[in-house]
Amino acid sequence: MLTGALVLVLGANAAEHSNRSVVKGSKAYELDSCVEPTSVMRKLHPTFIKHQRDITVHHGIRGDKHSLSGCVDCHATKDAQGRYTPVNAPGQFCESCHEYAGVEIPCFTCHATTPTGRKGE
Amino acid sequence: MKKIHYREWGIESLRYWGLLAVLGVFLAIGGLATLYMEHEGHWVTGMNNQIVWGVPHVFAIFLIAAASGALNIAAFGSVFGKKVYRSLGRLSGLLAMALLVGGLLVLVLDLGQPGRLIVAMTTYNIKSIFSWNIYLYVGFLAIVAIYLFTMMERKANKYYPAAGLVAFVWRLVLTTGTGSIFGFLVARQGYGAAIMAPMFIIMSFAYGMAIYLLVLLFTFKLDDRPIGDGLLMRLKNLLGIFVAAVFYFVMIYHLSNLYGTENHEYEAFILRDGGIYTTLFWVGWVFLGMVLPMGILFHPGSGRSRGAIVVASILVILGGFTAMYVIVVGGQVFPMAIFPGKVIVESGFYDGVNGQVLYYAPSLPEFLLGLGGVAVALTATFVGVRVLKFLPESLADEVVDPHHG
Amino acid sequence: MSQDIDQERRQFVSVAGLAAAATVVAPGAFLLDGSAEAGSRREPAVDKVRYGMFIDTTKCADGCTECVTACEKENGIDLLRMPEGADPEEWDRQRPRWMRTVKVKDRLTGRVSNLPMMCQHCEHPPCVDVCPTGASFRRADGIVMVDRHICIGCRYCMMACPYKARSFIHENVDQQLSIAPRGKGCVESCNFCVHRRDNGENTTACQDACSHGAIVFGDLNDSNSEVSKVLREKDNTQLRADLKLNTSVRYCGI
Ligand code: SF4
Ligand code: SF4
Repeated sequence: MLTGALVLVLGANAAEHSNRSVVKGSKAYELDSCVEPTSVMRKLHPTFIKHQRDITVHHGIRGDKHSLSGCVDCHATKDAQGRYTPVNAPGQFCESCHEYAGVEIPCFTCHATTPTGRKGE
Repeated sequence: MKKIHYREWGIESLRYWGLLAVLGVFLAIGGLATLYMEHEGHWVTGMNNQIVWGVPHVFAIFLIAAASGALNIAAFGSVFGKKVYRSLGRLSGLLAMALLVGGLLVLVLDLGQPGRLIVAMTTYNIKSIFSWNIYLYVGFLAIVAIYLFTMMERKANKYYPAAGLVAFVWRLVLTTGTGSIFGFLVARQGYGAAIMAPMFIIMSFAYGMAIYLLVLLFTFKLDDRPIGDGLLMRLKNLLGIFVAAVFYFVMIYHLSNLYGTENHEYEAFILRDGGIYTTLFWVGWVFLGMVLPMGILFHPGSGRSRGAIVVASILVILGGFTAMYVIVVGGQVFPMAIFPGKVIVESGFYDGVNGQVLYYAPSLPEFLLGLGGVAVALTATFVGVRVLKFLPESLADEVVDPHHG
Repeated sequence: MSQDIDQERRQFVSVAGLAAAATVVAPGAFLLDGSAEAGSRREPAVDKVRYGMFIDTTKCADGCTECVTACEKENGIDLLRMPEGADPEEWDRQRPRWMRTVKVKDRLTGRVSNLPMMCQHCEHPPCVDVCPTGASFRRADGIVMVDRHICIGCRYCMMACPYKARSFIHENVDQQLSIAPRGKGCVESCNFCVHRRDNGENTTACQDACSHGAIVFGDLNDSNSEVSKVLREKDNTQLRADLKLNTSVRYCGI
């Protein structure tokens, strides 16, 4: 249900804003499309991420394109000082949509909200 | 034996609502404490990475054990065909359900992720005694509800003996399951003994009985309904016998532990050098919780007075909490033997350096959560007896005829 | 609508299958650092491998905590801050530790050994047996870890672990590493640097950090691995071998 509402809302939103809900300054901004066509991502990104989460945790498959850290890496922006802004900060990619649709993002109570690099430098 | 009539709890509205208001305060405070703990995380509690189960578990396990014990009265009526207990069956079933709900609530609200309860119900590990318990608890509620229905609905009366038997067997399994939660912790010296499950069963008998007696006396007194001396003597004698049985089991448990050399240190800790835990064991559990109430109940003089029976029941309950505390917390503060034959002289993670016990100081919010669970159980009971016909109009001896059991 | 999703899901599954063959590269956005390296695992971990560790306590230096420091840095444990208003002593009992050093002394002989302790990655792990949801699990390659997504924080695994290897997260966490998610209310423990396993590296952080060469890590099933060799050569033992858990971490010199 919620996902359905989200899709509708975002669909309408997208038409108005000519497809640019990604935030300027992120890697994603420079790209034509996400790892799947935008319409697919809008609808199914939770499914993708959840599926990836299970195969990563239980089977150790990490190289796939649907990983959450991939999302964060590509959608994070840097501020004037060159520091990353968390993707769940107001106005950032994840937060702006979820805020609009009124859907919580449980991911970031545990997951890093900025690219930390593998070793966290 | 005359026909028993049941009636809703008829105390004045003002008294009734006043009672609920008092319980409501406990509920509200317990709720706030829970929100606080969940919001901040468990660092605001006294629990830590060494003592992972604290006061909430003491309350939860006590309530769950008492729940199955409270059902015994009904079982004596149906399974063992003791007619005199029949009239007491309804309250027994209600109390069992209420106590279980209270206990479970405390258990769930202390989880690190209480919001994921649904996960616990949907993904489960068949090997885990814990997930078995989830089904045992849910099943218990359902079975007792059906059992109550067969008692209260005339058309279903014919299923009453069958339902009673199922409920009784289920309750034995349930307490065994609760006891086994500890029985599976092989590496901890305080637990792991096979005697744990039977000991829990007999403890549940005593604590369930004590709570039952208190609630019965309280509800009847407030509503001016008579309870015959004969009946009361039977009940208090039962309580005395149950407490004596717990006493016996506790002795067996520690004696058999003393026989196994590997357990000497744990026994010395609980029985002799454990500081607060030793005190709680001897003073709280053994003396106040068993010896004193037995003395009161079996004493030819005091055993006849209602006030004394109330005092004895309260003591048994307090002793029960102490018992759970000694088992749950005492079993954890005693350092595990990771290196048998060696002493840990330094550790970066509280491994019981030089055999020192680990540290746990319960915090207020934990207590409030636990009391909240008790309040839930009592509220459910009082609301139950108020709106439905759980209580007999009279338990006077000429009505229930306790001498022709 | 729901049919659509199902369709998509099926498509996705087959796409994932292809991805496993490492032929499909998504347009552009596939930039996750590290994960796109050649070493990233594309196929499930298998039970042909069994990871394990050998610890030579005779090489462990008294007072040395190199391994512990490295572990905490690698897995983002050093990023945790004490909650405001907490009592430092109490907090120290509550903060997570994946690895710790202990010094033990034999009661009879007085012999002293220093050693690091962590999850022993039992072959028959009690923590997995007791976990109600299956969050505590043993991966095919022998790594025992917690799936935080389904951990309800009951702490039964902590009660069951004979080595006190697990920690509960007692506070809100706002800084994590991508490779080590962490949040309030779940349990965690050493996972043999599982991200390194999946990214095709051969070592653990503790092993790399140990300047005394006391830690050897590798595949126990591969008889030519360094760890297998040293286990053949040197006398070694399991902690609490009497529990028959067949641990993957073995110690020498205690
Ligand atoms: S050492 Fe403890 S946490 Fe690790 S696998 Fe064994 S039981 Fe589980
Ligand atoms: S705390 Fe989590 S991992 Fe441990 S037993 Fe409970 S659900 Fe399983």
